[in-house]
Amino acid sequence: MVSSNALAAPGAVDLECRNLVKHFGDFVAVDDVSFSIPAGSFFSILGPSGCGKTTLLRMIAGFQEPTSGDIIIKGRSVLSEPPNKRPVNMVFQHLALFPMMTVAENVAYGLKRQGVAKAEIGTRVQKALDRVSLSDAGPKRVDQLSGGQRQRVAIARCMVLDPDVLLLDEPLGALDLKLREHMKVELKQLQHQFGTTFVYITHDQSEALVMSDNVAVMNNGRFEQVGTPQELYHQPRTAFVAGFVGDSNRWMGKVIDIDNNSAKIETSDGLVFVSETAGPDQISKGDRVEVFVRPEAVTLTRGTSVDRAYDNNLTGSVTSLLFNGAASRALLKDTKTGGAITVNLPQTGEFGDLVQGDVLSLSWQRTKAKCFRTDIATQES
Amino acid sequence: MHVRSTTKLTLILLLAPFVIWLTALVILPHVDMFMLSIREKIAPRTYQTSFANYQEFFTEPLYWNTLARTAVMSIFATILTLFIAFPISYYIAKIARGKVKSILFLLCLLPFWVSELVRTFGWMILLRETGIISNLLQWAGVVDGPVEMLYNDATVMVGLVYTSMLFMVVPLVTTLDSLDDSYIEAGYDLGGNGFTVMREIVIPHAMPGIVSGCIVVFMLTLGNYLTPILLGGKNSLWFTSQIYNQFITRFNWELGSAFGFLLLIVSSLMVWLGLKLSRQTLSSTMAEG
Repeated sequence: MVSSNALAAPGAVDLECRNLVKHFGDFVAVDDVSFSIPAGSFFSILGPSGCGKTTLLRMIAGFQEPTSGDIIIKGRSVLSEPPNKRPVNMVFQHLALFPMMTVAENVAYGLKRQGVAKAEIGTRVQKALDRVSLSDAGPKRVDQLSGGQRQRVAIARCMVLDPDVLLLDEPLGALDLKLREHMKVELKQLQHQFGTTFVYITHDQSEALVMSDNVAVMNNGRFEQVGTPQELYHQPRTAFVAGFVGDSNRWMGKVIDIDNNSAKIETSDGLVFVSETAGPDQISKGDRVEVFVRPEAVTLTRGTSVDRAYDNNLTGSVTSLLFNGAASRALLKDTKTGGAITVNLPQTGEFGDLVQGDVLSLSWQRTKAKCFRTDIATQES
Repeated sequence: MHVRSTTKLTLILLLAPFVIWLTALVILPHVDMFMLSIREKIAPRTYQTSFANYQEFFTEPLYWNTLARTAVMSIFATILTLFIAFPISYYIAKIARGKVKSILFLLCLLPFWVSELVRTFGWMILLRETGIISNLLQWAGVVDGPVEMLYNDATVMVGLVYTSMLFMVVPLVTTLDSLDDSYIEAGYDLGGNGFTVMREIVIPHAMPGIVSGCIVVFMLTLGNYLTPILLGGKNSLWFTSQIYNQFITRFNWELGSAFGFLLLIVSSLMVWLGLKLSRQTLSSTMAEG
């Protein structure tokens, strides 16, 4: 699949990969991946561990050679260039700040390798540290810095070299939750400030959604879908994307009736849903499909009254309440089958007095549900 | 109260073997040796305290020349061992993977399953006038007559490096193993080449291992007796053989003790100097070994 930006004017594209393939023996780590990233944007590759995203990044950095395909940076193929000559730099998963050097020496390392004059190195290092708001950290040792500060040093160490593309290999993984939330915003701001193309790989969907201009969802070595975070969330094209990006309630079932792009589906335990068809595959009567409904798409009413205005109706009793401020949820047990359903509670506080065992009526429009054919490869890891 | 006294007893019992070992085998002999070294025989069975033995060392050029020569040769052997062992260790720790890695490590260890004496005799069988290499060269027509390859400094050096190799490889492999590959990759990613990555990242990281290996090899070489005597013969002029002569041949225990002490002082001094020059501390290097 090619990014929606693939047709952008040449010269506006910083990084392009064409039909990249990487085999490790019989194992296919990256399977015919093509994409292009417009200059100055934040591009994320999102996927579960083992999906091949690290291999892809390492091929761009030059640490691994693709089995076939081409990598083009600013219109020039870089396949023949070793990692130390490529105009890309990488922020490693554990940052790999050199512990035997001070912060300033870490940042100066790349400039020294380029043979920049000593006086100029000093000013450029200070400038880079200023830009990540660590002006005074120069003489400090790396282990004297906090996790977030190290993160910024790692970025400064790369950005001082003014690379065409900055690669980031899950650098937030080692941070605690609160700092991670903070760094997400900060990374996005830094990218905006530097105006450099960032390629960020992660298995954390919220990191990808919050920071990126474009996200590629990767699974089993292939790109499932490339799009803006909004597109991925609201218009997933495969069952994998629908399941991986954001939370969803899922049901497996069989199509019993189909009319244009709305399908009637019956699950094995007798529930009937009406859902919009999605994905590239033609769905016809008798196909096995998976239905996805987001927790926030479900409208709640007390009691068992059925509102005919909605395409789908269910009743359920509350089994537990997960209070989390504005993102509070309720787990319900479907009255008919006993299956579990998760719903978001409205932020109005209307259901603030809900207790375990309360019976609610759940309804949603068919446009809020998506169904995908499952008889084709949609395995997840 | 009861619990505390039990813990105390446990601690005493745990420490006892170590304390006994330290006192009986290290401290007592050294104190005795020091006492011996500072007494001078003035008549049969009459002694007086003096530094005459130490004075004799400095007035007799053979003695201090031998010590200086031993120290210089040991430093040279240590450096040579380091230069040979570093690429081997780097290969074992960073390039070899899985089974190959353990096999290579085992190969380094293998010669140490036989005693040093046997290993040195092995070298003698290879290198002596009627030995394998000499015969081979004659058979191939490279030389006309038998060649004697024993009893020179180069042979002593070969033997010393061979004997010390493992003690350099082990700490080096340990420290290099602990260097995460991502540091090396980052070094290349930011524009470094093989040489600069080695100089700026790998060697600074491996410094504690290098220093610890060098200390061990230097001390073992300086105090080695078998290898220099067997491979170098009388020409080897190794300081340990001087000590042996004083104790066993001359029966001059006083001078022998003084020599022993001087050897201890020289080796401690060199180790201290090495640590100062490499800006390492003894504890940081010993933690690696």
